[in-house]
Amino acid sequence: MNRQIKAKRGFVWHIRRHPYRYLLLLPAITYTFLFGYCTYPYIIIAFQKFNYRSGIFNSEFVGLKNFEFFFKSNAAATVIGNTLKLNLLFILFTTVASVTVAILLNEVRSRLFMRVNQSLMLFPHYISWVVVGYMLYGFFSTEYGVVNQILKMAGMDSVNWYSTASAWPSILVIMKVWKGTGMDAVIYLASITGIDATLYEAAEIDGANRWQQIRSITIPLLMPTVCILTLLSIGKIMFGDFGMFYAIIGDNGVLYPTTDIIDTYVFRALRQTGNPSQAMAVGLFQSLIGFIMVFGSNKLVNRFFPDGALY
Amino acid sequence: MRRFRPYKIAIYIFIGLFSVICFFPMLLAIIVSLSTEESIMRQGYSFFPLEWSAHAYRMIFASGSSIIRSYGVSIAVTLSGTILAVVITCAAAYTLSFKDNIYAGRISMFFFITMVFNAGMVPWYMMCVRLGLRNNFLALIIPSLMFSPFNLFLVKNFMQGIPDSLRESATIDGANDMQIAWRIYVPLCVPVIATVALFYGLRYWNDWWNAIMLVDNKNLYPLQYLLLQLKSQVQMMRDLQDTMGASDEMVPTETLKMATAIVTIGPIVLLYPYLQKYFVSGLTIGSVKG
Repeated sequence: MNRQIKAKRGFVWHIRRHPYRYLLLLPAITYTFLFGYCTYPYIIIAFQKFNYRSGIFNSEFVGLKNFEFFFKSNAAATVIGNTLKLNLLFILFTTVASVTVAILLNEVRSRLFMRVNQSLMLFPHYISWVVVGYMLYGFFSTEYGVVNQILKMAGMDSVNWYSTASAWPSILVIMKVWKGTGMDAVIYLASITGIDATLYEAAEIDGANRWQQIRSITIPLLMPTVCILTLLSIGKIMFGDFGMFYAIIGDNGVLYPTTDIIDTYVFRALRQTGNPSQAMAVGLFQSLIGFIMVFGSNKLVNRFFPDGALY
Repeated sequence: MRRFRPYKIAIYIFIGLFSVICFFPMLLAIIVSLSTEESIMRQGYSFFPLEWSAHAYRMIFASGSSIIRSYGVSIAVTLSGTILAVVITCAAAYTLSFKDNIYAGRISMFFFITMVFNAGMVPWYMMCVRLGLRNNFLALIIPSLMFSPFNLFLVKNFMQGIPDSLRESATIDGANDMQIAWRIYVPLCVPVIATVALFYGLRYWNDWWNAIMLVDNKNLYPLQYLLLQLKSQVQMMRDLQDTMGASDEMVPTETLKMATAIVTIGPIVLLYPYLQKYFVSGLTIGSVKG
């Protein structure tokens, strides 16, 4: 009853009644309005031959030309393919690695060992991709790199890694696993720690060994979390990690065939070749498909794991 | 448990090995930064350099180097950005934490829509330019305040754990929402504020996206962006050489590169224990439900 009366009085009444509460909300609202909603009108650039001087109101309207140009070019297949392929590999390998590490970490009883190892594992997560790019250079540099030294020692020819496009998907996957596993393992470990301890006690009484306990208790009970996180990452599969790719690959065009992703393509179109319309068209395509994927994956999570949805 | 020794040992070894691998590249960078340029020229990057030297670090900390300036920019950006982002997030979370607010759902929706449908890089860039966020200090802070919904809901959930009776009794005593938020909620929320501050701080410290998009002025380069530029720039070495006035001396390019990378993560290493404590707890709260 009370609720209904309040609702009838309306939003404005509510704001007047609690001015400070809404004052506290104002900065967040303003920010979201400016950097969220106010950016939407600029989408029209995708259908224009945009010119900075004329702005969005006076630029020439060209319909779907920008999309046509992108999808007819070779770039479309490469860029979209790379984004999907690399993201899938990232998700697959990081998930397997972090679930394994989490399950093993759960077996560790020594607190000190646990803390030291967790600290070391999480370390890569804190450093930026730029620094990672430097470290990679230490390993793969042609003249001085560690990998080439090892190859030489083994009697093989050294490889010019920074011009060998075929090697980079694997290197990127390894780096992603290296950087992300520790952090994901912590999340999975939290979920494992939440499993009811009496289940393990009961299993022990029944004579199950640790491995049997892992197989029949830990893994099945961890599965929902794994599925939720995987589904949510699959939802974001259209969006590449620009920071990672640009910091490691940068403007090294030789590596583009295997490492150019939508985000780097859009960035170049906007900032380097100066073609905002082209960038916007590709970006809009990405946002739309991305939106459907994110929304869809959340719907799926909601349907199958009602407790795990993001919203 | 004592019965399964060999298998236990295997697990310890595996975990230990993985941790070492995680730290390995870092170790190489540290060692390279501390070796002499000659030993790198002779033997390549190595975990066992022929000669050790701190020359690269001396060059970095020589007065007037652009690295020092960028360090200052990064610290200023991180501090002010984090404070601003935390204040905005906590203020909004306070209002959304009222369980009896029938508008809370709709307000959350307002935030979520922009998260789910993001117009992308181009409109964002146009908006920043339109707002005058170009080539100035604010351009490094405002566009990525991005008080993320994840953090907002982290704080909100934490605040909802605070008993309503506290707020009610304060209201009866005549406190308004501002006073309740500041005097009661902020002190009680210190752990979650620390966590969120860490998330933001780390983001700002490692950010170079704003710089690459919005800043051309060299004096405003944050450390990460300078580092990115440095990667392929010999120009920078020449600058250093000039300020050092040592043109006959060999400029340690390879070691200098690595030393700069190490210097960048200095604050992270210093804050590591603190980072570890709040980061892990934050991840754990957040993973339950956002």
